[in-house]
Amino acid sequence: MWLMQAAKMKAIQTIEDLLALSQQEELVDLPNNYPLSASEDEGDSDEERKHQKLLQAISSLDKKNRWKLAERSEASLTVSEFNVSSEGSGERLGLSDLLEPVKASSSFAVMKKQLNKVKSKKTVELPLNKEEVKQIHREIAFNKTSQTLSKWDPIVLKNRQAEQLVFPLEKGQSGFIPTELVFSGWKARTPLEQEVFNLLHKNKQPVTDCLLAPMEKASLKAMSLEEAKMHRAELQRARALQSYYEARAKREKKIKSKQFHRHVKKEKAKKTLKDFDQLWKVNPTAAMDELEKIEKARMIERMSLKHQNSGRWAKSKTIMAKYDLEARQAVQEQLAKNKELTQKLQVISESEEEKRGVGEEEPLIPDVVNEVQMCADGPNPWMLRNCNSNGKEGEIQADPDQLPEPVVQKFSKSKEDKKPSAEEEILLQEFGERRCLRKNFCLNQDTDPVGSQETKDSSSQDILAKLRTLNQKLKENHHSSKQTVNRAGTVLQVQKEECVLEEEESLLCQRAERVQILVELDEGKEEHFQNEELPRPLLKWEQMKRNPNNQTDVPKEKKKEQVIDLQNLLTKSPFMKSLAIPTAVEELEDEEERNLKQMIKEAFAGDDVIRDFLKEKREAVETNKPKDVDLMLPGWGKWGGVGLRPSAKKRRRFLIKAPEGPPRKDKNLPNVIISEKRNIHATAHQVQVLPYPFTHHQQFERTIQTPVGSLWNTQRAFQKLTTPKVVTKPGHIIKPIKAEDVGCHPSSKLGLSVMQSTTAQPTRNKKQLKKNSGD
Amino acid sequence: MKVKMLSRNPDNYVRETKLDLQRVPRNYDPTLHPFEVSREYVRALNATKLERVFAKPFLASLDGHRDGVNCLAKHPKSLATVLSGACDGEVRIWNLTKRKCIRTIQAHEGFVRGICTRFCGTSFFTVGDDKTVKQWKMDAPGYGEEEEPLHTILGKTVYTGIDHHWKDPAFATCGQQVDIWDEQRTNPICSMTWGFDSINSVKFNPIETFLLGSCASDRNIVLYDMRQATPLKKVILDMRTNTICWNPMEAFIFTAANEDYNLYTFDMRALDTPVMVHMDHVSAVLDVDYCPTGKEFVSASFDKSIRIFPVDRSRSREVYHTKRMQHVICVRWTADSKYIMCGSDEMNIRLWKANASEKLGVLASRERAAQDYNQKLKEKFQHHPNIKRIARHRHLPKSIYSQIQEQRIMREARRRKELNRRKHSKPGSVPVVSERKKHVVAVVK
Repeated sequence: MWLMQAAKMKAIQTIEDLLALSQQEELVDLPNNYPLSASEDEGDSDEERKHQKLLQAISSLDKKNRWKLAERSEASLTVSEFNVSSEGSGERLGLSDLLEPVKASSSFAVMKKQLNKVKSKKTVELPLNKEEVKQIHREIAFNKTSQTLSKWDPIVLKNRQAEQLVFPLEKGQSGFIPTELVFSGWKARTPLEQEVFNLLHKNKQPVTDCLLAPMEKASLKAMSLEEAKMHRAELQRARALQSYYEARAKREKKIKSKQFHRHVKKEKAKKTLKDFDQLWKVNPTAAMDELEKIEKARMIERMSLKHQNSGRWAKSKTIMAKYDLEARQAVQEQLAKNKELTQKLQVISESEEEKRGVGEEEPLIPDVVNEVQMCADGPNPWMLRNCNSNGKEGEIQADPDQLPEPVVQKFSKSKEDKKPSAEEEILLQEFGERRCLRKNFCLNQDTDPVGSQETKDSSSQDILAKLRTLNQKLKENHHSSKQTVNRAGTVLQVQKEECVLEEEESLLCQRAERVQILVELDEGKEEHFQNEELPRPLLKWEQMKRNPNNQTDVPKEKKKEQVIDLQNLLTKSPFMKSLAIPTAVEELEDEEERNLKQMIKEAFAGDDVIRDFLKEKREAVETNKPKDVDLMLPGWGKWGGVGLRPSAKKRRRFLIKAPEGPPRKDKNLPNVIISEKRNIHATAHQVQVLPYPFTHHQQFERTIQTPVGSLWNTQRAFQKLTTPKVVTKPGHIIKPIKAEDVGCHPSSKLGLSVMQSTTAQPTRNKKQLKKNSGD
Repeated sequence: MKVKMLSRNPDNYVRETKLDLQRVPRNYDPTLHPFEVSREYVRALNATKLERVFAKPFLASLDGHRDGVNCLAKHPKSLATVLSGACDGEVRIWNLTKRKCIRTIQAHEGFVRGICTRFCGTSFFTVGDDKTVKQWKMDAPGYGEEEEPLHTILGKTVYTGIDHHWKDPAFATCGQQVDIWDEQRTNPICSMTWGFDSINSVKFNPIETFLLGSCASDRNIVLYDMRQATPLKKVILDMRTNTICWNPMEAFIFTAANEDYNLYTFDMRALDTPVMVHMDHVSAVLDVDYCPTGKEFVSASFDKSIRIFPVDRSRSREVYHTKRMQHVICVRWTADSKYIMCGSDEMNIRLWKANASEKLGVLASRERAAQDYNQKLKEKFQHHPNIKRIARHRHLPKSIYSQIQEQRIMREARRRKELNRRKHSKPGSVPVVSERKKHVVAVVK
């Protein structure tokens, strides 16, 4: 302030001076300025005051507050112009105070402007000391780093709470590692390795460049891309077609309609015929080959055991045939089918001419021809029969005994046998015959080559049959027409005969069934009576059945007898069984039980477990009862000694009765002893205080009660329950966690480069820090 | 007539080879197994006993040094390689599988104060009492070549510790101040000081690699940021901290081995209270190293023992000692988390199993399943008194045992005194200070 005054005294020589002064605000030591002010004060009149001031100044030299304002303690007229007080505006003397006197004069306008400018500028703060600055820097840096670190929080938390941690954390390199890299620096050392490499070298297999072998490369070169594409497309198409075809076949196979399948078969047969015809026209040799093939297939078919009674299915069906109509039919169908083939055998054995297939249809030969043939042929009883069966009225010419032909020998046999025997017997016999035949056939055909081909399903067989007829036809072309007719006739004959056989058999089956059912309805005791009665409706029914067939009465009668016999057979046995068995069985069981009990009784005769247990329980109850305390002293107040008993009164007096305890828990449970004693030995193993993480004893108990072992848990649960918390791979280095491993990028990658720059330019760095602090 | 019978598929009960285990169908209905808890308890008891029976942690002793082993370092790429520096300035490189020294270098005159490997494993750095920092190649020199360091930096003051950056070619030394060096330069690129006392050790954070921690003789732990070239914060403890170690799985957690027999685990963002105080040693803790899984750490103490602490437990789970092992100066946990190495005063490096009763070698799957099951049982029944007693039982040398007793008495006396004081003074005037807060003197910003 002194300085200010001095400056004013000099009448503010230049504006610059003033500016500098006002900006500086630094207080200059008094001693430098004092003389200046003193010399200028010489003109002052007030000596006393001067002196006082001087004293004041001197006294304040060594004190801190040197710049005390002069106080005006009393009102006076003469106010020193140097002694400006700034009481109104606080302690500081503002620039405005100085400018006030200049207000009036306009000459100072420029200066005023400049001074106003100065006034608007703020004063610069005192720089902080070094330590404080450093501290600020440190705090900022710390906040920053803790912020970056807090990005790890979720990861750390996750890892701490993880059920299982598997180390090392980083996943194995899933990327492709070129073989060259792996291979370089590796040599075959062991003999096995060397051998392998030798092999590789010999075969010109690539060792380092693993992608393609030279052969593969060559093949690649051979086919261009377009070709390959075309090829691929073709293959694709073929595959697609195949799949369509398969799907269609499947669908068709699933269709249950028999009619449909029959239709399909026929269609197929026709088609093959047509094809064959065409082939014959176009290429006869090929057709012949085809024929031969067919021939061979047929032979194989005949040699095979197919459609015989030896298969599992056939056996089961024969067993079931007794009871089941359908099964019987099935068996017979099969027999018929087999017959077709065996029939052929006979033909072969007889003559070359008759080597013809037996088809169900003979489309090439009209019925008319057949008839003619029949007429032309001699008195063949079979044929006659067939004629009859074809719908014309007639009688049975001959007994089956009269049948002379070897062709139908076995059939006639069966016919004969049928009469006395039951149906199942017939069937069995037939099978037996078949077996014999097969044996014969095998003996006969030993020389024949056995092909590997086998026709499996019935449809194929049908086709086979067709082709056979075709074959026949072809051969016929070489022979005379008469012969043709003949042959056709025979074929037809055989066929017809078969039909009849089938019909009869089915009839028989049905009859037997009927009888059985009826018999079962009635009581078994009325057997004889029934036998008399039953046939009547049966006969009627038979007649009705037979009317279309026009069978004679004689066989009917015989059949009836058979049926009765059969009935007897059938009825007697099951009824006996049905009546006797259950009761017998029950009795047996009762007996068995009794026996068993007896045995057990005998075995454990010595030890009565129940009584023992009751005794044990009684003892346990006794021992656990609170006991009376007897305080009696014998001889006290009375004579004592051997044979002397203290009086009852005394005894009663000195006996302290034990209080009745609470009722036993097993009082009402006869089979249980509940010990209410606490087991002291167990307490040593029990947890006394609830352990730390648990808040309630139930929690703890529950954790203990859930078993961990595989005996009480499923395998998977066991594995889950026993997973270790930390899994480490032996021999693997576990590296510190990385942001990349975890999948986040918490820290910016500044590192060393930043640090270097900061050290190189410390000043700039500081400025940056300042900025940061400002933020 | 066909008799219907119960039939079983032989595949269900006939085994193909005798090594196959039969699958026994079993009813898991708990009502059918009333004794499951007691059976499991017995199993747990047996497992605990067997664990103690098989607890034979000591594997090998590597001898060859002619003075106390002062520092150890792991190889970052090879599990079998370990480096050690002794008090006579000798550095040895060991092969753990052969248990042999494969290379010996007379690196310094006087102590080898610190040793560290480069992150790539091609070279390593040593500092010694001869005021030098030396860089060495990991591979031995060829025949006829002389054993010479790659670089030698001659400093003005003694360096007491060294650690290498985890990613960059930079390393930090400590002594009068913490210096950070570029590998290519002979002058530090920055040096940071805070206070004037000598600094014992410096460690880089393995996760946030720009962070450093150091501990000085004036009882403080200082954290630095290498990027901003400034210290961050300082915590002053009761007594001097010998070394610190960062948790390799948790970026902000580090553990300090203190002279007051304790270890302190800090969260570096909240230094005023340690996360956990680990107390079991009976003498100054000289070194600490984390398990690579970050779940446990091992500490070496002046009381001639090493202890293994779980990070979240204040008491150790294991103590290792042998008759011949003297003051353990340095300890390291191998990078596969299976073994522990410690170097001690009596010139030996010892190799221990981290899990005392663990079976070494490849385990069959059934064996492993049984092991896991046993482990789970032990964990489940750990609070049962008998099991707890067996599991906790360790034999200790008499010196340690008596020390523990003595310190327990002292602690009890102190506690009692404090209680009494609290009882006899105005309520609230003697506040209850938790064990964690007790040891922190101040945190300086």
